[in-house]
Amino acid sequence: MANLKEIRTRITSVEGTMQITSAMKMVSASKLKRAQNAIVQMRPFAEKFNEILSNVSSTLESTDHALMQNKEVKKVLLVALVSNRGLCGGFNSAVIKRIKNVIAENPDINYAILPVGKKAIDAFKNSNNISESQHFAEINPTIWDDLNYQKAIPLAESLIGSFVSGEYDQITIVYNSFKNAAVQDLKEEQFLPLLTSNKKAKSASIDYIFEPGREEIVVDLIPNSLKIKLYEAMLDSFASEHGARMTAMHKATDNAIEMKKELTLFYNKARQAAITNEILEIVAGAEALGG
Amino acid sequence: MEVQIVTPDKTIFSGKADLVVVPGSDGQIGILDNHAPLVSSMQKGQVKVRQGNDDQFFDIEGGVVEVLKNQVIVLAS
Repeated sequence: MANLKEIRTRITSVEGTMQITSAMKMVSASKLKRAQNAIVQMRPFAEKFNEILSNVSSTLESTDHALMQNKEVKKVLLVALVSNRGLCGGFNSAVIKRIKNVIAENPDINYAILPVGKKAIDAFKNSNNISESQHFAEINPTIWDDLNYQKAIPLAESLIGSFVSGEYDQITIVYNSFKNAAVQDLKEEQFLPLLTSNKKAKSASIDYIFEPGREEIVVDLIPNSLKIKLYEAMLDSFASEHGARMTAMHKATDNAIEMKKELTLFYNKARQAAITNEILEIVAGAEALGG
Repeated sequence: MEVQIVTPDKTIFSGKADLVVVPGSDGQIGILDNHAPLVSSMQKGQVKVRQGNDDQFFDIEGGVVEVLKNQVIVLAS
């Protein structure tokens, strides 16, 4: 039988852990709520924007915009959207593993990685694939603190810049997309060159006045649509992170409760055994005296 | 007419208005009731929304505006 005092200390330590994990769960739950709100806020904007864009571009023949040009794919940039903090289950490792697989599977292609989030920076620290492009010098992990659209803009712009300058032929974002609090979908999305959608807008027949002109509007809208796309991916990843952490912390709390229960049972048994022992000793002593 | 000013982060204005002035790429565009369908890109500037005698201003960094069937949607970034 283990020492009573030892078990007691273990129970206290499990209780402490439980308090921490359940507090973290609650924090994640409220952050998740905020992240989901941001997604909901974003959706009407993105929908309307894409509607207008497809409306304007549907009758345009030319797709020779610099951001739509398919080049021979030799140098690919992988953007890893992960979190700054751990304790969120397989959230980060899924992205990191996928990137390593992609690189291993296509040895002919020259891959570079842009880690966004401390966990990816740590994971790829020793790999020689980290992008050394000047364009990304300013990107730092604080991008995830109080995420908003303004913070996504510089990242999107530097991605566009690196594509236009010919540094990379293709840019792919690897991130977790949000399904629900417990489930994340790992996604690889081509960011550049821009994929032209073949969807015809249903309201294309409306006779719009275009100011300043159709083509000018498209040229103006395309970089914006990329920024929106990136921001959507980031919001998704952000919500997924908190969902994943919430689930992980929920499980950890459950485990702690289970463990505490077992330890308490064990403790009570040990205590009972000690008392029985003591009684036995007293009775034996009394008998010996009474003769 | 119905006016909505939307940014990626939130909707900053939504409601009825008598006049909207947006900073179009080629100059200010005033929009009144029953304006013809219009799509225009915008430059950095101010959006003015008039309700009765009340003027409200919103700063935007650019974006796009769509006018259709007495609905004005300003997508600001």
